[in-house]
Amino acid sequence: MKHSAFFWFVLPSAVAMLLFIFFPIVSVVVQSLHAAHEQVIIEVENCGPFGCTKATAIDQEATAALREEQPLGRFAGLEIYKDRNHLATAQIGPLWEQSTSIGDFIGKLMNLPFYKALGFTLTFTFVVTPLTIIFGFIIAVAVNSAARVIRGPLIFFSLLPMMVTPLIGSLILFWMVDARGILGTALRWLADDPSLSVKADTGLMWAMLMVYGVWHSAPFAFIVYYAGLQTVNTDTLEAARIDGASRWQQIRHVVIPHLLPLTTFIALMQLMDNFRVFEPIVSFNASAHATSLSWTIYNDLGGETQQLSSAAATSVLTIIGVAILLSPVLIRTYRDYGKAA
Amino acid sequence: MANQAQKRPAALQAILVIILITWMIAAAFPFFWTLWGSFKVEGDFFSLADWTNVLTGEMTTRETGDAFTTQGYSGAWVQEEFWKAAWNSTLVCLFVVTISLTLGTLGGYALARSTYRYAFWFLLIALIFRAMPPITLVSGYLPVFFQWNIWGYLPTAIIVLVAINQPFTLWMLHSFFKNIPQDLDESAMVDGCTRFQAFRHVIIPVMWPGVITTGLFSFLLAYNDFAVTAMILDKQNQTMVPKIASFLGTTQTKGNVMFAVAAVVSTTAPLFLLIMFFQRQIVSGLTAGAVKG
Repeated sequence: MKHSAFFWFVLPSAVAMLLFIFFPIVSVVVQSLHAAHEQVIIEVENCGPFGCTKATAIDQEATAALREEQPLGRFAGLEIYKDRNHLATAQIGPLWEQSTSIGDFIGKLMNLPFYKALGFTLTFTFVVTPLTIIFGFIIAVAVNSAARVIRGPLIFFSLLPMMVTPLIGSLILFWMVDARGILGTALRWLADDPSLSVKADTGLMWAMLMVYGVWHSAPFAFIVYYAGLQTVNTDTLEAARIDGASRWQQIRHVVIPHLLPLTTFIALMQLMDNFRVFEPIVSFNASAHATSLSWTIYNDLGGETQQLSSAAATSVLTIIGVAILLSPVLIRTYRDYGKAA
Repeated sequence: MANQAQKRPAALQAILVIILITWMIAAAFPFFWTLWGSFKVEGDFFSLADWTNVLTGEMTTRETGDAFTTQGYSGAWVQEEFWKAAWNSTLVCLFVVTISLTLGTLGGYALARSTYRYAFWFLLIALIFRAMPPITLVSGYLPVFFQWNIWGYLPTAIIVLVAINQPFTLWMLHSFFKNIPQDLDESAMVDGCTRFQAFRHVIIPVMWPGVITTGLFSFLLAYNDFAVTAMILDKQNQTMVPKIASFLGTTQTKGNVMFAVAAVVSTTAPLFLLIMFFQRQIVSGLTAGAVKG
């Protein structure tokens, strides 16, 4: 394809991505280096019949003028990144010295908002991703063994947890595990503890969020593995059987090697999606027990005072996190496609 | 495969059936339970006294005189004006799908046909964009949107969703176009068509299966989005998902959580139909990326 033709074909979508993905990233980085202006304080002297008193007041006009003049705020350098709400560089040293053990240090670290969010996000990502792959595989094998007529409905219901809006899917589960809901009642009965409540317990809340995560993404792994199972080479399987391979040996030496490339694909997609975990925390109203990086940004942006700079700094840190997580995959894609191109 | 299934030992068969039944209950039961419960009053759906109340509808009968009530639905759709959010969602989805597909088919076609290295770089950058959580971009949008006074309107959200959708759309359509034989458009060009004419008269008639599949996923992205629409849309222009989230803040205190339950069921229903009619396309779309490695 000629250069000029390529240019015109790609132009609309390139412009869209440039304007609404690339520029916002630049804008986020710039924003994160600036802090909001402090209000201009002036000293006013009030003189009355009983002498003069000095009072401080906010000079609204001067503040507005300053904000008008430099809408980004004052240049703050890396100040926002280092503050208590982000990397907390000043707090970590003393924490390390005060701590008696690594566990104690991590416990204290989790009181800092950024590390609390990072801790949950990473735990969620690295617990949910492998579980998704395992459950997806098991379900795929089970569906593949079912009679052909009922496979259609089986796939239909399996797709539901994944296709339904994440906010809605997690709300549906949340209402069921509510202390007054059906699963909540079942849990209390099982644990034989009438005061048990998922909402009040950090450990249970984390577990519940991860259960939701697996429930939501297992169908994806299932579909990919199921499609993979349809293309297993039957000749190879038959040859293995004739050579006397047991059922397990057939799976181990024929089916699993065939599905291995699919596993890398699923793992990549799941790492990306789980790292952005956000909606279930809103639905479960879980912010007291678990926060994620995305949720922290959302929280900074919403509410009465929009903390744009703080949100921007967290965004930049999140993007760096995604980049680190993805780097092996990117390098691999680069090598594979680089050869092909 | 059939004779293999017959050879399976009984114990293994039993385990497989148990797995299937457990998974089916886990996947489907929550939806049916919520659908059933949405026709009850709060005292039944959230019952501390006796969980079987939601089955018998004891409180519902006491409060409304019938075991089923549509109070939740009328409260959500009429009183809280959920119909407005539904209409907004319809508009957003319609435009996002149309625009994304128009931009995406052009771009995806060019990326599939170009043999130069920059096409690969373009795709790689798109992959990086695809990996970024959309919410990280929002703090970049807000100051600019406030300044230009375009915050809160539907067209703004539509454009943003189209842009966020592009990387995915490009990747998917790129792999579909790769499967359309190159000889097709090349022979048209030998016969004197320009590149665009070849695309218009030869590729467009055969590209629909791929476009429909990609369109489904664009629709899902727009329909399911919460992070962007919640931050960019004004209260009057909210789509369904942020509207449900706002119910949680206001109605839980008023004791009308059933409005949210009814709204959730109303929002899930179209997705149900969508999966039912397009199951084959969804499955092929999900696996398209994987099979090609």
